[in-house]
Amino acid sequence: MSALAVAPLAPLAQSGPVIPNFGRGDDCIRNNGNFCTQWFIDNFRERFLPRVGEHIKMTVIAVVLGFIIAFVAALIAHRRRGFEAPFANLASLFYTIPSIALFQIMVPITGIGWTTIIIALVSYTLLILFRNILTGLREVPSEVKEAAEGMGLTRRQTLVRVELPLAVPAIIAGLRVATVTTISLATIAAFITPLGLGAPIFSAIQTGANTEFVGASLLAIALALLADVLIVLTQRIVSPWTRARRRSA
Amino acid sequence: MSLRSDAAEIVFDHVTKRYAGSERPAVDDLNITIPAGEICVLIGPSGGGKTTAMKLVNRLITLTEGDITIDGQSVMKLDPVELRRGIGYVIQQIGLFPHMTIEANVATVPKLVGWDKQRTRTRSRELLELVGLDPEEYAKRYPAQLSGGQRQRVGLARAMAADPPLMLMDEPFGAIDPITRDRLQNDFLRLHREVRKTVIFVTHDIDEAIKMGDRICILRQGGKLAQFDTPEAILADPADEFVADFVGADRGLKRLGLRNLGELDTLASTPVTNGGPRPEAGPDMSLRDALSLMLTAGSSELEVHGDDGGVRGYLTLEALSRMLGERGEAVR
Repeated sequence: MSALAVAPLAPLAQSGPVIPNFGRGDDCIRNNGNFCTQWFIDNFRERFLPRVGEHIKMTVIAVVLGFIIAFVAALIAHRRRGFEAPFANLASLFYTIPSIALFQIMVPITGIGWTTIIIALVSYTLLILFRNILTGLREVPSEVKEAAEGMGLTRRQTLVRVELPLAVPAIIAGLRVATVTTISLATIAAFITPLGLGAPIFSAIQTGANTEFVGASLLAIALALLADVLIVLTQRIVSPWTRARRRSA
Repeated sequence: MSLRSDAAEIVFDHVTKRYAGSERPAVDDLNITIPAGEICVLIGPSGGGKTTAMKLVNRLITLTEGDITIDGQSVMKLDPVELRRGIGYVIQQIGLFPHMTIEANVATVPKLVGWDKQRTRTRSRELLELVGLDPEEYAKRYPAQLSGGQRQRVGLARAMAADPPLMLMDEPFGAIDPITRDRLQNDFLRLHREVRKTVIFVTHDIDEAIKMGDRICILRQGGKLAQFDTPEAILADPADEFVADFVGADRGLKRLGLRNLGELDTLASTPVTNGGPRPEAGPDMSLRDALSLMLTAGSSELEVHGDDGGVRGYLTLEALSRMLGERGEAVR
């Protein structure tokens, strides 16, 4: 990081194009090529891997916390219709605040660091998760619920054994969108403090280091795709019946 | 097989259901006794309260006045959840759990009441076989992979899983195509002869009521009892204009449909007519079909064969008409 910070000073003593000092490197990196594979590989462990780790951590914490809050809220709204509108409105409000603004608004309250980032990220997951969980629960066919009640399942048994399993595809669809959105939004967290893949992106915007910019962006995209695939696979494993339906259709 | 269980006698003791904010009761002072092991069909126009009356039994709807007893025990004194686990429940839309395999669907109630795995599994497979689905082929499938008729077979198996003494069936075959419905009705009647449970069967189809019911309970608008009797008695002697209208002007024909040629012991031993066409029929043909056969063939006489294929005797149009006159009036 210190190398980047002093880089703009170095060219004073040099002639030729003003380029950041990346230390040792091949022609590609010295000419600030769009993407220098060798440099990316050489610097992956040191510059990118820790950022990937932070990024995953931010995403997982935010999605898990967001899911818990949205799940409880959806269960309450499932029983008491009056709860739906207030919670959905609040979640919508969060959702409409521009992300950079929200991060900035939070700083005076929760300071610079993880708390601010997590609170902001969680607030963006709430709307989509709440909507999907509630929709999943509500879309359970009424005859299925009637059969459950008529056979002597209690309300709790109906929820746990029938309604929630049937809501799984909708819930997981919500998780997919929430996770991919969070991975994308988490890059903006570096606006507050250099954490996650946003950190190399922000610094590369300032220094003009193309490989760092492109590399970090590609990693964020790869992370989102990977998360998406993992979630889809999980859905297939936990609700095999959805595929049985498709086979017969 | 351990399928035989005691059936329960169900008594509706001056049962009234009044919904809050509604002046007319949905079920009005219903007072009937359903003998153990019989199929009682509840039928009537919409607004007659037939489904309401059925749901009062397992307390999906709570009665306002009177009492319902199952083998002398008041349903109001039982915990509703326990009560329901002891009553088979089949609905028109079937309501199988789409996320569970066929076997798991059938095992729902045994699992709720804590049967062990082996017993549940044996029972589920035995029931699938009983309703005509090969467990090897169907146990591990999901409901979406079955046809409508097959799904309702599973619905039946699921309702009978914990061997309840009473089954409630709410238009169980109403959403199934006519050919499959007919097959399901026949299979259910055969099944019922084997397991002899008490069944309360709701339908709006009078032909189904006549076919399925040991007794038919006809309700009129406002949930009042119009007539409660055997199909034969209702067709022969409708209590009033409403019942006569409800069972239809062809109730004479429907009555003929209740009996087979094989059940007749008053056949003429020699033909009355000579010459002309004389259609032949076996013992399994209903009197209704026999009449149709004679009319189609332009003959006034039918040669009736026995189980062995030999001629048992002869049936004339006149004799059929006389039979309808035995009780009540002749064919209108």
